[in-house]
Amino acid sequence: MSNASTAAPETMQWDSRARRMVVLWLPLSCFLLILLFPFYWMTITAFKPDAELYDFATHNPFWITSPTLQHIRKLLFETAYPSWLMTTMMVSVGATTLSLFASTLGAYAIQRLRFRGSQYVGLAIYLAYLVPPSILFIPLATMVVQLGLFDSPMALVLVYPTFLVPFCTWLLIGYFKSIPYELEECALIDGATRLQILRRITLPLAVPGLISAGIFSFTLSWNEFIYALAFIQSSENKTVPVAILTELVTGDVYQWGALMAGSLMGSLPVAIFYSFFVDYYVSSLTGAVKE
Amino acid sequence: MDATTAPLHWSKTRPPPTLLARIFDNKAVLIIACLLPAVGLLSVFLTYPLGLGIYLAFTDTTIGRRGAFVGFENFEYLLTDPIFWNAVFFSVFYTSIATIGKFGLGLWLALLLNQHMPFKSIIRAIILLPWIVPTVLSAIAFWWMFDPQFSIISYVFVDVLGWRETNINFLGSEWPARFSLIGANIWRGIPFVAISLLAGLQTISPSLYEAALLDGASPWQRFRFITFPMLLPILAIVMTFSIIFTFTDFQLVYAITRGGPVNSTHLLATLAFQRGIPGGELGEGAAIAVSMIPFLVFATLFSYYALARRKWQQGEGND
Repeated sequence: MSNASTAAPETMQWDSRARRMVVLWLPLSCFLLILLFPFYWMTITAFKPDAELYDFATHNPFWITSPTLQHIRKLLFETAYPSWLMTTMMVSVGATTLSLFASTLGAYAIQRLRFRGSQYVGLAIYLAYLVPPSILFIPLATMVVQLGLFDSPMALVLVYPTFLVPFCTWLLIGYFKSIPYELEECALIDGATRLQILRRITLPLAVPGLISAGIFSFTLSWNEFIYALAFIQSSENKTVPVAILTELVTGDVYQWGALMAGSLMGSLPVAIFYSFFVDYYVSSLTGAVKE
Repeated sequence: MDATTAPLHWSKTRPPPTLLARIFDNKAVLIIACLLPAVGLLSVFLTYPLGLGIYLAFTDTTIGRRGAFVGFENFEYLLTDPIFWNAVFFSVFYTSIATIGKFGLGLWLALLLNQHMPFKSIIRAIILLPWIVPTVLSAIAFWWMFDPQFSIISYVFVDVLGWRETNINFLGSEWPARFSLIGANIWRGIPFVAISLLAGLQTISPSLYEAALLDGASPWQRFRFITFPMLLPILAIVMTFSIIFTFTDFQLVYAITRGGPVNSTHLLATLAFQRGIPGGELGEGAAIAVSMIPFLVFATLFSYYALARRKWQQGEGND
């Protein structure tokens, strides 16, 4: 509990420890509690036997007395969960790779190769981000059918870049901007071709940007719902979020244990992935907003 | 390097790599080659479908049958459809209340996080979690928390605090269902707003606050005359994004209520999906989706002009 204050020394008298407790730590703890509670509830439900799940009178609902793996076992061995996970992973990796390729080159052209109208191309790509999937899914569904890609994860790999490319390009333009022009000019004078400059100088220096664009793309693809819901029909080709909602909800009796186990295990890969790169994530998010 | 231009040269008598390198060294060629993947993808899968969607809205296309042009028939029908008007109402209501909630609480959280405290980076990392986890999966957790019989919220109110006599039927009737969805949306939106506004707060120079303190400004005055005006540009951008994505939200409502009870929680997006995909009426679904466009254009222009006006004001007043 530090008593350092952002304000100047004059405020120290009234910015006492008790006051700080009330204005900072109390509201902050409430925020943390509320923001984390659904995850706690999800986790605890996933390991609760059914008997405890539906009996608040004899069991404290906030705790588990006899944890069980039955829901997770059911999920892994009685549903197609492993194949949903595989599909989601493949789609996310595919869409991320494609988007990174397209947006790195695009951002490089817009930011480093300066041409007449490059600003407008940048603006157009930025505006593309403001076109939400819920407007596009119906025409895209008809296109996917015509292309013979209905029910194929390939459709998702091709369509996800519509929201990934604008986002990544925007992020990478900011990164390219931070690389000094002098480095490229020196290389040009030394007789390097523009492709060599891109490969040997600009790209290596933009690696932090590429990593954050990659993380964002991966989590956004993992999260995507409406396209996956509209374009995929067969159970084994569904992505985790869609499959959990459409395959695990059967009839009127909800299998809350299995549903929560599925939600928990669908969230974990992203959460783990995120925890490795959290600093990139926070800094690029704040950086992107500052731009 | 680039799949679209390379075969063109290879198909000729396989020029030596130096020539290829020289072609790419031409700035114009390189610009086109670099922009092609991004612009190509966006034209085929975004611009074209956007146009196609608007066209479909004027046809009576159904799944498996190519439709004929019917003019404004879909829209005329929708104007008489109470479910559509209900979706319009709820979309606006949902967006307004959720945006106010997200920005009020998010700003508060950002101000808290902007103070010096131990474990700052860990706290920030934890706070972003609701935003990282796939929306549908956390929405399912909310669905379970809103269960009529076994809701943990009802348990706390009835059995722990003794505030109420009976369980709340969160999703069973119109208004509780609407506010349950708004609550879940606010929960999910707070982290993004808080982290973005925190970034804005960190760009404000501490010397401004020191000067204000010397002048004897109260905490409220410091917020009103320094923090808020300095934060406004970022606030406007983040708010535009938030309004657009809340208005066109789909996942949360689809996962928790699917528009029920009795169509009272349909957003335009969920209604468009219901009519268009399982209902098969692609034309009508497209018309519902297209009717979101004027709102989006309005939201974008509003923030654009608000920002431009702000810049003009600052230019006049300060320099």
